[in-house]
Amino acid sequence: MVQAFYEAPAYHLILEGILILWIIRLLFSKTYKLHETYKLTEKEKEDLIEEWQPDPLVPPISKDHPSLNYDVVTGPPSHKIIINGKECINFASFNFLGLLDNERVKQKALASLKKYGVGTCGPRGFYGTFDVHLELESRLAKFMKTEEAIIYSYGFATIASAIPAYSKRGDIIFVDEAACFSIQKGLQASRSFIKYFKHNDMEDLERLLKEQELEDQKNPRKARVTRKFIVVEGLYINTADVCPLPELVKLKYKYKVRIFLEESMSFGVLGEHGRGVTEHFGVNIDDIDLISANMENAVASIGGFCCGRSFVIDHQRLSGQGYCFSASLPPMLAAAAIEALNIMEEDPGTKCCSVHSNLTPGLRLVGVPFAPALHLQLDRSSGSRDSDMQLLRNIVDYCMQRQVALTLARYLEKEERFLPPPRYVNVGGNHASWVGCSQRFQSDPWDELAKCKNSTVKAVELIVVAVPHTDQYDLQSNNNSRRTDKKE
Amino acid sequence: MSFSPAVRYFLEKHDWSHVVWLLSCRAELLINDHPHLFSVGSVHSHVPNNSSLYKKPFVESFEETPLLVAVLTYMGYGILTIFGYLRDFLRQWNIEKCHVAREREEQKDFVPLYQDFENFYTRNLYMRIRDNWNRPICSVPGAKMDLVERVSHDYNWTFEHTGKVVKDVINMGSYNYLGFAENIGACADAAVKATHKYGAGVSSTRCEMGNLDIHEELEQLVARFLGVESSMAFGMGFATNSMNIPALTGKGCLILSDELNHASLVLGARLSGSTIRVFKHNNMQSLEKLLRDAIVHGQPRTHRPWKKILIVVEGIYSMEGSVVRLPEVIALKKRYKAYLYLDEAHSIGALGPNGRGVVDYFGLDPKDVDIMMGTFTKSFGAAGGYIGGKKELIDYLRTHSHSALYATSMSPPVAQQIITSMKIIMGEDGTKLGADRLRQLSENTTYFRRKLRDMGFIIYGNDDSPVVPMMLYMPAKIGAFGREMLKRNIGTVVVGFPATPIIESRARFCISAAHTREMLDTVSHLANLKPIYICI
Repeated sequence: MVQAFYEAPAYHLILEGILILWIIRLLFSKTYKLHETYKLTEKEKEDLIEEWQPDPLVPPISKDHPSLNYDVVTGPPSHKIIINGKECINFASFNFLGLLDNERVKQKALASLKKYGVGTCGPRGFYGTFDVHLELESRLAKFMKTEEAIIYSYGFATIASAIPAYSKRGDIIFVDEAACFSIQKGLQASRSFIKYFKHNDMEDLERLLKEQELEDQKNPRKARVTRKFIVVEGLYINTADVCPLPELVKLKYKYKVRIFLEESMSFGVLGEHGRGVTEHFGVNIDDIDLISANMENAVASIGGFCCGRSFVIDHQRLSGQGYCFSASLPPMLAAAAIEALNIMEEDPGTKCCSVHSNLTPGLRLVGVPFAPALHLQLDRSSGSRDSDMQLLRNIVDYCMQRQVALTLARYLEKEERFLPPPRYVNVGGNHASWVGCSQRFQSDPWDELAKCKNSTVKAVELIVVAVPHTDQYDLQSNNNSRRTDKKE
Repeated sequence: MSFSPAVRYFLEKHDWSHVVWLLSCRAELLINDHPHLFSVGSVHSHVPNNSSLYKKPFVESFEETPLLVAVLTYMGYGILTIFGYLRDFLRQWNIEKCHVAREREEQKDFVPLYQDFENFYTRNLYMRIRDNWNRPICSVPGAKMDLVERVSHDYNWTFEHTGKVVKDVINMGSYNYLGFAENIGACADAAVKATHKYGAGVSSTRCEMGNLDIHEELEQLVARFLGVESSMAFGMGFATNSMNIPALTGKGCLILSDELNHASLVLGARLSGSTIRVFKHNNMQSLEKLLRDAIVHGQPRTHRPWKKILIVVEGIYSMEGSVVRLPEVIALKKRYKAYLYLDEAHSIGALGPNGRGVVDYFGLDPKDVDIMMGTFTKSFGAAGGYIGGKKELIDYLRTHSHSALYATSMSPPVAQQIITSMKIIMGEDGTKLGADRLRQLSENTTYFRRKLRDMGFIIYGNDDSPVVPMMLYMPAKIGAFGREMLKRNIGTVVVGFPATPIIESRARFCISAAHTREMLDTVSHLANLKPIYICI
């Protein structure tokens, strides 16, 4: 090797020497990063901290915000309801089967209260499981003819915990545009890809499914682990119409997607025995992977449940957030729900009959005829949502003065994905139970219903129709004075 | 196959994790009897930096896991994992009967709903000791309760109720801090009256037809109780967090959340869309560093200033038993102009000379905490949650909270129970029952903690917190402890992975004002399972 050193040409050696010296210099020189161009001194940091001003915790709310002052209800929220001191007929609570003031339900709740007290003082896993809960779960499973059911202590949390338990990041969910807010929160918590299809439009859904199929064929490895779900409601709370379940089941088997069905509005109401939209259409209940409903509408209790096959439902016992990390349902409310189920099973005829009012000028009825809750919407919009809402509020106030209680459907405008147009809710199904217990009322329930219609029509005539050009909202004050002038 | 029951028996009863447990018990006996031979881990007593902010001594301890114990625990889990794989293999080849629920025949070619590995822990580790959880009860969850007896003939895959009831089990698991879980007395009578008057359900949202006069009365009472301007009540404690944090913060805001925050706070923070940064549990240096960095550097990449910074902490952390260092947090919050969200799920009613929670415990001003949240499930024996704060905050929540617009309001008898129990705690019902219970709870807590510590157990948490976690570490001990205590008529809660770190499994006792001295003596005496060790 030393010989090679002597034999090498001089320029070669010099070049090598320079390179070695350069390497040594680089090794020992100070390194610098491009990002280190700003290193703040302590004083600068203190100044920044002093100068920073946060936004106020909450933005100020004007005193006449429509949702600020709630109407106060004194006494039981049943058919006749006392709002702000005035007794009205209740067309606004979701008390579809009228079980809120049923004596049997109350007695069972009281018996349970005397045995267990009010609260459960623990989640289901830690001595919060009562025998009443187990009984309610088995009754619900038997009623719906599924293998298993699971109860939640809050209706909103039911579907919002169920969806993220199965669908994770990377999975795909196809949802109807008119899905309710709790489904939207469940979708947000699941971090999956969400694809919306037009409301009740099966062609749109099929188009999306076909696109997904093409994507899958490009990448079969990924497709083998990507779960796909369709989330629909039985009876949509936002549009009061029914989902086309048989077509959905066909699409399910064709494209291999699972169906989650949310039946809060249709449980207890649709179908021959009240089993919901699956019974209404005659679909085999095992074809639906998960049915979720809340017990706060027809069942007149608090809470919610999911039912389906054990393979699906058992998973939620360890991964449903609202189930594992939250206290269980108070046993008296579970007992009330069991008794309500008993009543529903005994008397399958207590279902809703249709309440189809005539088209009143200026107002449009939205919803299928057999739906328990319908929407009344303005025929012509004024162009601004706020003024529409104010108009509807005036109609509702007018009706309340005439002892008919309606309610404006409220939405969180900034949070809803597809904001429904302004409308108010008319719960017509309430009177179905009146037919059964009409002896409790002095007047015939149909008279009461007609009174409601008349009041609404009158309100519309005075307020809606009397406003010729809807963009001139300085007429608002004229409307108010006109209402107080006209005495009934 | 014909030998499958024998195979299963062999695997369940005599598997090697049992052997490891036996070995570890002997090792622990050795350590206890000759402590000078083994270096037990150091005790971290957290002495706060700014002691001047604290009016009384703040003593918390989290003893480090001894090395030998840690090694044995990992070995135990390792052996269980190996056996888990073996069992899965046997199940796949149908040598062992499979109890796991299966997918429908018609849907076999769908994408599998669960990944196999997700359920590995559930199938092989959780199933072995599943009988320690979800134990059904059939009485009031008071100081003593009645359990429904259940047996399993197939190693915890399915349970059957024998029809018998195990009576008078001492309840160390329910969150019944002030003993309001009762079916007699003033609270129950008032709830009965409310049920007669209003019924059980409401069937409408708060902003529509669900706002009853009893809700308004409740909210005024809660505001008075906490010492804030105004408050709002919700039907579920979990939902209070997950639905209101998104209403308060959004994109462009920063949430600084404690490491060990509850799932509801984590979910609420995620749903809000804000950036979330986690600081070490109860560590004020970590929090201060995050605050400084956040304000100085602004949002990531764009460096725009943050719109709001929200610090989210809990009063008492239910798995550790530690109490938040509230004076220091408030000092930091004021210095850096952040907002504070305090979740007092476990501490309201349980801490403080007047039962007003952790603010009362430290003697601070409730107006310093921007958002005071809590639940009614634990100390009030009801269900639901509340948020208290300034009037502008509550007005904003009335109009923008998800719960007020979309979720049903609280059930009337539950609201009445809260009103009655709160009045008792405040002393407004004319009796001294509330003050007695508060005093009893703090006495029980001090006594029980001292007793267990004197016996040599490793107890985590603050000396004043009624949540007492007792360390177990080994996986087999979790099951053994739960079962042995039940045999001795004591109902305890044991927790393991994933609720706690993998080597730090523990048993958790929740002290109640309804517990008597005799009950606490029985529990601490029987918790000492030395007789079992010696019998081996």
